[in-house]
Parts: sequence; C-alpha cells; structure tokens
Amino acid sequence: MEDVSKILETRELNVSMGPQHPATHGVLRLLLDIDGERIVKVTPYVGYLHRGVEKLGESLSYFQALPLTDRLDYVSAMSNNIGYVVAIEKLCGIEAPERAKFIRTIVGEMSRISNHLLWLATHALDIGAMTVFLYCFREREWILELFEKICGARLTVTYPRIGGVRNDITQEFLDSLYKFTEEFPSRILEYETLIDQNRIWLKRTVGIGVISAEEAISWGMTGPTLRGSGVPYDIRKHAPYDAYDKVDFDVPIGTEGDTYDRYRCRMLEFRQSNNIIRQCIEKLPPGPIMADAPKFTLQPKDKMMPITHPQKQHAYFIDEKACKGCGMCLRACPAKAIFGEKKKPHKIKQELCLSCANCFVTCKFKAMKIVPGAKGESDEKLADLAKAQVPDDIKEAQALLVEHFNFVKKGPRVPEGELYVATEVPKGELGFYFVSDGTGKPYRMRLRSPSFIHASALPRLCIGHMVADVIANIGTIDIVLGECDR
Amino acid sequence: MAVVEVRLSLPQKGMEPAQIAERIKEKFPSEVVDVKDFAGQVSVILKRNRIVEICRYLHDEEDLLFHHLKDLCGVDYKGKKEVRFEVVYNLYSIKHRHMIRLRAEVPEEDPKINSVTSIWSGADWHERECFDMFGIIFNGHYDLRRILMPEDWEGYPLRKDYPLKGPEPENEWPGLVEVIERSKALREFEWEG
Amino acid sequence: MLIDASTIGLVEVEEGTKILPPNVIITSLDKIVNWSRLSSLWPATFGLACCAIEMMAVGAAHYDFDRFGVIFRGSPRQSDCLIVAGTVTKKMAPVVRRVYDQIPEPRYVIAMGSCACTGGVFRTYNTVQGCDTFLPVDVYVPGCPPRPETLLEGVMKLQEKMRKERARWSPWR
Repeated sequence: MEDVSKILETRELNVSMGPQHPATHGVLRLLLDIDGERIVKVTPYVGYLHRGVEKLGESLSYFQALPLTDRLDYVSAMSNNIGYVVAIEKLCGIEAPERAKFIRTIVGEMSRISNHLLWLATHALDIGAMTVFLYCFREREWILELFEKICGARLTVTYPRIGGVRNDITQEFLDSLYKFTEEFPSRILEYETLIDQNRIWLKRTVGIGVISAEEAISWGMTGPTLRGSGVPYDIRKHAPYDAYDKVDFDVPIGTEGDTYDRYRCRMLEFRQSNNIIRQCIEKLPPGPIMADAPKFTLQPKDKMMPITHPQKQHAYFIDEKACKGCGMCLRACPAKAIFGEKKKPHKIKQELCLSCANCFVTCKFKAMKIVPGAKGESDEKLADLAKAQVPDDIKEAQALLVEHFNFVKKGPRVPEGELYVATEVPKGELGFYFVSDGTGKPYRMRLRSPSFIHASALPRLCIGHMVADVIANIGTIDIVLGECDR
Repeated sequence: MAVVEVRLSLPQKGMEPAQIAERIKEKFPSEVVDVKDFAGQVSVILKRNRIVEICRYLHDEEDLLFHHLKDLCGVDYKGKKEVRFEVVYNLYSIKHRHMIRLRAEVPEEDPKINSVTSIWSGADWHERECFDMFGIIFNGHYDLRRILMPEDWEGYPLRKDYPLKGPEPENEWPGLVEVIERSKALREFEWEG
Repeated sequence: MLIDASTIGLVEVEEGTKILPPNVIITSLDKIVNWSRLSSLWPATFGLACCAIEMMAVGAAHYDFDRFGVIFRGSPRQSDCLIVAGTVTKKMAPVVRRVYDQIPEPRYVIAMGSCACTGGVFRTYNTVQGCDTFLPVDVYVPGCPPRPETLLEGVMKLQEKMRKERARWSPWR
C-alpha cells in the first residue's frame, strides 16, 4: 500500500496576479505563494509604468517640468501640482499672494474629495459592491466639470503655477462650488447607508490588514493609511502650507489599524474637506493671483493676446533680406509649412500656416514679420503690407512673446542649494527633494511618492490572510501605479 | 468594531535643525565632513563607514526619536564633487516635530554602503531603487534586485552619463527586441476583415 | 417567378437590405455579422495609466458605454477588442503583446491617448514610442487624456470600420 502522506501531499502554489488584472488598480504584479487559500508570501513587482520622470525633469526647466507632475498621481492631479509649486516657491524664497493660497487650498481639497471618491469606487467594486462605483462617479463627474470651468481640463489640470495660479476664478464658479458643498453631505450619507453597516462589508474589512502604530511608522506609511493605526500625523497640521493655518478642521484618527478604520478615516475626511472648502469660499480675499517676483514667475499673458488670440487671423511672412537661411524656423514649425535650402532665404506656405508664432520666437535674426489681419492674402500683397509700420500693441506683444518663450526654456535662476518639502496629498505624503545648481533646470529632482512605500508594505499586511483579502488590502493602501513607478 | 475619533491634533515643537546637527557632531566628530544650511533646513554630510550607528543613535535617543524615515535617495555629483555619489536620508520625528537630513558620501570606485533596513523597515524598497538607478550596493540588504527597470537591464539610468533617450537601437533591451520580432513574424497571420 | 419589389411587398430599408413586412429580412451575411459584431464590442480591461481613469469614466453612468453594447470583460479570452489606455513601457510591452495574442479573432486594437499613439510626453529610456511598434492598431484616439466623448467617437469610428468589413467565408483566407 502506498504511503498515505504521499497521496495526500500538498504543495504551495505560485499564483501570479499579473499586470493585467481588473483589481490591481493599474499595472501591479503580485506573486502569491499560497497554501490552499492562506497566503504564505506576497512579492510585489512594480516598474511596469516607470516612465523616467525624474531623469526627464533634469533635462527640462522648472516651468516645463510642471505638467509632468500631473501624470504621477493622475487621480488627484491638482495636489501633485500644488506640492511641486510649494517646493519651488520655498526654494526660490517667494510666497504666493493670499488669494492664490486660498484658491490652491480650495482646489487641493476638491482634488482630495475626487481622489477619495475614486478610491471608494474601486475599493468597493473590488470587494463586490458595484453600485457604489456608479454613485461615486456621479459626484466625481460633478467635480471634474468644476475643474473644467476653472482651467479647461478635467484630469491633467496643471493649474497652479510657481508663485500663484494660472488664472483667476469667477463668481459663477464659486456659486456652483458652494451648491456642491451643500449637496455633498447628503451624498456621503448615501454611500454610508449602502456599505457602512453592511454585514458583508464588515466581514470583509474588519480585522483585515491590521498593522500597529510603531510598525506603520517604521514602514514609512503616511496619510490615512497611517492615521488608521492611531498616529496623529498630518502635514497640514504639522507644517502648514497654503491657507491651511487659516481654516479650522479636524483630522480623523483610527484606533484598530485595520481596513475598516482606514475606510472610516477617509469617509470622515470627505466631510472635513467639504468643511474646508466652505470656509475658504467664505474667507476668500480679493487681490492678485501671481506673486510679484518677475525673476521666478511667469507673468500673466494678457499683453500677448494681440498675437496669441487674434480676432482676425495674422499672417506670417519671412523678410527675404534679413533671412540667413539657418533653418531654425523650419525645424520649429509644427505644420511643416516652411521650406527652403540651407543658407538661402526660406519661404512660408500660407495654406499650411497655423499662425502659432513658433517660428517667430525661434528666429534670432528678426526676419519673421507678423502682418495683422492679413491671413489668406497673396505673397506679393504680404510683402507690401509687411513693410508698413507695426501697430504698438503688436510690437509690445511680439517683444513679450519672445521673452516669455526664452524664459520658459531657460527657467528661473533658482539659488543654489537643496530642499526637501512635503505636502499632504490625498494618498499620504508627497515629498519633493530638489538639488539646485543655480541654473534654470533642476540638478536632481526626487519625488518621494506615498504609493511606493505603501506598496512595499503589502507583504506585511497580507501575511496569514486569504487570497480574497489581498484585494481588500490593495484597495485600502490606496496605491496608484503612476505615482509608485514615476 | 472600533470607532474612529476625530480630533484636532496639536503637536509641540521640537529642536532646531542646527541644534540636532550639533548633537551629531558632538557624538560622532570624526564622521562629520560638513554641515550645510539652506532655507531653514540643515544637511549633515557624513562619511559612510558608521552610518548604521549614527542612524541607530538618532532613532533611539529620547529627545531625538527619528522614527520616520521620509526618504532615502541617491544623488550623482559627477564632475561637481570629488566623491561622486551621495545617499541622502531625510529623517523626521513625529513626536518632536523636527527634521534633519544626512548625506553619506559614496565613492565611485567602491559604491558600497551599509543598509539601514534593520532600523526602518521602509528603507527596503528605497534602497532597491537606489541600487537600480545608481548602482550603489547596500550591504546587509536581504534581497537587492532591480525594482523599477526590468531584471536584466544593463546600465544605471539616473547616472549623469546615461542618455535620456535610452540605449542605442543596436543595444536595445533584448525583451523588447523579441516582442517586435515576434509581432513582425505573426503579422502575416493577422485577421483581414 | 421572379421575386421582386413589385410582385411581393418588399421594402428596401437601406442599401442592400430589404424587409418583407412584418418580420422577414433579406440581406447579405456580411451585413448581419458585422452589425452584430459592432453592436456588442467587448474590450478587455487594459488600463495602464491616466487614460484608464477616463476610460472608467466612460464606463460609468454619465457617459454610458453600455448603451453602445460595450461591456468590459476581465479576461482576454472573452473579449474582442483591446483598448490600450496609457503609456506602454519596455517592461510592459511583452505583457501587452501576450494579452493581445490571447484574444480570439476577429480582434481590434484602439490606441487611446498620446502615450499609446506615439509615446506622448515621455521620450525616455523606458517608454515605447507608441504601441504600434508591436501591435496592429485600428483606431488612434489622441488626447492627454482624451475626453470621454473623444473615446466614444473613437469607438464609433471602429464600428464604422467594422461595418465595411467583407469576410471571406471559406477555409482559405
């Protein structure tokens, strides 16, 4: 008779929860070593979305690297922008005006609400509550519409600027935002009615992923993930930036350190953010929205409007006598409308020209002429018109445009030194460590992202639980792979 | 089932960064190379030999209590400094609300430094990323592999002499070359609707 | 006897499709198969980066994807389309190709977002400059990220493409 233990032998199984998975919140790969249904070991593999943002930031100026930060934690793009901008302002030693600080607080809290809505939607969807997903996205669409009212973009906003914000907000926007804050508490109540006391939800989240306060600090956790374990650490209180020291808010702290407590922390943060937005709308002071420091900030573009936003289309014409044939405008033209050989004067094909002024700012020999309101005219007519006197507002706009272009490319002359500045993004603590060597490009731009650290703690949270609890744990640490891999 | 409290947290202020730098200088005078001050933040530049001892002292000492490792990263000072690499530790104390930065110099010929995972568990992945991006080896780390780049990638991307656009097409990563070759081979069997 | 519109009450609804009221439809096999394929296009969930959030927003209640017949399936074996939403990195490229290979034919690919079309903002060492280096793409949807309506138009363009297909119904293709 065969040995019974050989027949009944069990082995550990290796399951790869691969990069393509509906529940891994992006491209995260987990290698699970399971014994039956119990987890023995979890090994996360990240890096499937590593786009080299840190190295790319070293080759771009401080102004040009701002849109890259949108794409890190793409769920709450405003918060990343605010973190970057606050860090550079400290590095340069400038401060944004009061109105800009309040506006940044408002949009930062709106982005916190939208981030938590997405977190709740995906967390609940993974655990099985599909209705919550549709309810949360309904509110999220409202917030994204409000973002579009301010700056024109829904997701990748790039609205804050070094020294302030990009443009002012209107009273109409504030009215619709106030209406949102009045209706939102009733919606939060709706979500809580669905899942808060639900037996299935409680079974799936109470006692799952328990971590004590000391261990959580040792693993480097921050944000609601840390506060769920009872540690009172919130950068908005510890080291306030923007207008957080002028508003009154509480910070929810958990006790048990399990998934349910982290969920409750984030639900209470909804209400606190709502409260902060209301206070900021009431206290919003009038004033400028950009700091008065022309060495480090980009000034508003109103004076450049005669060229960039023409009522009638402008025509672009190359003065053959002044053109040296260097080919810079040829390379700069996005529509490939310029043609000509080396060292011979170039010509523009008027049908293809987009009037985008790219060639104008790259021409060092002042051979590019802007003829206002003359789009569609023939070449000879343009040659005549180009000789005429340029009107004053166009002249000023031309000078400002070239200056603005070179400033953006070269970057502000930031003083030499190094700085680590952290801000409280919805997921935790986003830290920027800049090493500056006095030029307009950062020498080293380091992003300390909360998702990277929380993903490293996943093995610790999953030990001893079952396979389905891994999904609940991924949801509770709230990772986004764009931020984790940068 | 636990109830979550909501309260205003009012922490108390701790020591000034300059004072903390003084404490480190007193305790380990031979290790400190320089102390730099910029915009209210102080960095202490150290030699790499006794970094674990210094970190252990900062972690355990009663009035310092640096339990929170905010960030661990590497910087490449090629051409700007004599010692090429630096490993930067940003430390913070939640109880006392003070912050300090340590910079350990790591030379190019022998890029090794001791690992601090025994003090802070969160340093684990930070050190793996530092190894991946700069090639600095951490002694005592239990599993030092590449984390962000593919496992068999050659070269250390964040070094200053590594091109931004990546390797030349001839030296492309073999995994990608394989995918492109296979897609070319399978193209003739594609569905033509 | 010739069956013609004049002999029996045949009504030509659109070009190539005739209806004999109340419930007899005379059309070509191509049209029926294409219509049923494009009305129930099931993509495999393949959100990589920021565009995935906009894809989720299209699937949610405001811009409903379900009214186009589009339901997101988890497994590539049960889907017939791949929406590559987000940056494709060199580490991820073999995985994308493997998922694409697992989708049964007929299969289509929509490259959503600037990063999937041409590499986008990221011209770096780990980014593949467009997923069409190793996948045959049918529709490119540009934008960073494209608005939900843009993705809907992209799907509608794919449906137009599917409508014009002429399958060769024989063992040798």
